[in-house]
Amino acid sequence: MPSKLLDRYFRMDKLPHIWCPGCGHGIIMKAVVDAIDELGLEKDKVCIVSGIGCSSRAPGYMDFNTLHTTHGRALAFATGIKMANPELHVIVVTGDGDCAAIGGNHLIHAARRNIDITTIVFNNNIYGMTGGQYSPTTPTKEKGTTAPYGNIDKNFDLCELAKASGATYTARSTAYHAKQIKDLTIKGIENKGFSLIESLSICPTYYGRKNKKGDAPEMMKHLKNGTINIKAANKLSKDEIGNKIVIGELYSNKEAEYTEEYQKIIDRMQEGR
Amino acid sequence: MNKNIKLMQGNEACVEGALAAGMKFYAGYPITPSTEIAEISSLKLPRVGGKFIQMEDEIAGMAAVIGGSLAGLKSMTATSGPGFSLKQENIGYAAITEIPCVIVNVQRGGPSTGLPTSPAQGDIMQARWGTHGDHPVIALTPSSVKETFDLTVKAFNYAEKYRMPVMLMLDEVIGHMREKIEIPNREEIEIIDRVKPTCDPDEYKAYEVKDGDIVPKMASFGDGYRYHVTGLVHDETGFPSNDSVIAENLINRLMNKIEDNIDDITNYEEYMLEDADVAIIAYGGTARSAKSAIELAKEEGIKVGLFRPITIWPFLEKEIKELTKKVKKVIVVEMNLGQYVLEVERAADKDCEVFKYGRVNGQLITPDEILEKIKGDVLCLANC
Repeated sequence: MPSKLLDRYFRMDKLPHIWCPGCGHGIIMKAVVDAIDELGLEKDKVCIVSGIGCSSRAPGYMDFNTLHTTHGRALAFATGIKMANPELHVIVVTGDGDCAAIGGNHLIHAARRNIDITTIVFNNNIYGMTGGQYSPTTPTKEKGTTAPYGNIDKNFDLCELAKASGATYTARSTAYHAKQIKDLTIKGIENKGFSLIESLSICPTYYGRKNKKGDAPEMMKHLKNGTINIKAANKLSKDEIGNKIVIGELYSNKEAEYTEEYQKIIDRMQEGR
Repeated sequence: MNKNIKLMQGNEACVEGALAAGMKFYAGYPITPSTEIAEISSLKLPRVGGKFIQMEDEIAGMAAVIGGSLAGLKSMTATSGPGFSLKQENIGYAAITEIPCVIVNVQRGGPSTGLPTSPAQGDIMQARWGTHGDHPVIALTPSSVKETFDLTVKAFNYAEKYRMPVMLMLDEVIGHMREKIEIPNREEIEIIDRVKPTCDPDEYKAYEVKDGDIVPKMASFGDGYRYHVTGLVHDETGFPSNDSVIAENLINRLMNKIEDNIDDITNYEEYMLEDADVAIIAYGGTARSAKSAIELAKEEGIKVGLFRPITIWPFLEKEIKELTKKVKKVIVVEMNLGQYVLEVERAADKDCEVFKYGRVNGQLITPDEILEKIKGDVLCLANC
């Protein structure tokens, strides 16, 4: 039986979604909606913006002001929306290719401005929509349809990238840790500034198959066993952490927010009239 | 009554026109020779409660303008050749999603970095076909500072009325030339705003055209009409569809917005064409040289007139057909190697001979050169 949450926040006539069986994206989408629900945000004041790719289809299912833009440009469109109407809660849902490759420049500059946009990266380590090409987050040596001999690129740490660029909130979680995604998204939305929540997803269809990662349950187990919470990690040495991926709230800081700073200019200019 | 008379550049007049039209948001990226438009917008917008943002690149500038417009503000960006190329994908996005916006292109020599500080009219075809797929286009081209003001207002009005991106194609001459301009009072200026829905949000279909309307009514994000916007082919609810009938209907509807309202979008000037044997077709800065050439020709007893397209796109099919029935010879003069002339050749009456005179070296085409071309190749008054 569909939950009340589904009825309230999803466009039921647009479901089922287009994602493959075993894809982690639906869990992340639901967690984002859980966060919106828990915060009690007015639906009319929430705007979800995406680019192009598997994750970017999410806004079509979500009953808010939703914008499915061009590949990589979600943050640039979102910047225009937030500038024009700072009252809107602007949430960008994007993928690893959308956000870190073609949209990488927009990511670092949106972070640099500390504009109040919450970005949820559905990171499945691959270009799913086009059939499994390697992305900027495909781990080195792993395979994609365009890396048949193994990827020689180094993969991005998106949270480090966002932090270094000026984001004031960064966090990471996984589709296995759905409640944690919700909690981190709440904090991201509450942060008056640029927030990035990297949500590790699974793509059994392409990434999993190409790299012999097993089926969806197997990949989910890996999200559980291959990650370590930052609180636990902080008590361990680098060697003890090994190649486990650190999840949880990674960085939080207060800095001036872009649209508020711009409003100060407007106020100053209009006072002088 | 005090007249508001000023000496200003075309780029400056463009911003004044935009502000008069109600521009409240500008997003762009610096590029010669359009930069003054960004600079003056950054100075003046906050004074009227508007907003300016310098984005990280041209693509982002176009994207932010579309976002700003969707959230309810009249929005504009300005650029030149290389930036115009970069903006094309998102211009197509604005066309299919029917989000009003104005794109100013102060044309410079190309291709590539080309001649950044020199005038050209080489982006005429890019304005028409720069983004992929069939899509509607309105592009206007002024030939004076005053007209830059007027056409910027008109560009916003068309954008709002027809819900589409509208291009204002300046050339470097018009952008940087200083001229006297009388700025009209605000109450004398016709301003058109997008029509917003008044229906119950549950009944709102974001891409449904109601009887008697030209375009769907447009709610701003945040107004209480939650809807979906996508660059995918979509039905009248705004949601994506692969249905071939829906696809065909959508693209046809977008194209017919222009076709069905062609008279409203048609703007041109005729000068001394009454008894002309030859018509010059020229636009933008080049039309000014053409006018001088016509004066020189008159002194020599040669009857030449000017047809000046102000609306570059949609192509002035009917007017060019009529013109080429009246005169036996036309010459299209433009700062490129032959772009607008291709359309003139296509549309011209079969008994009318079409000549072209173009240039791409960054130098203006002078009145003397036009006259020589007419006396020589066109009329064969010299040794032909």
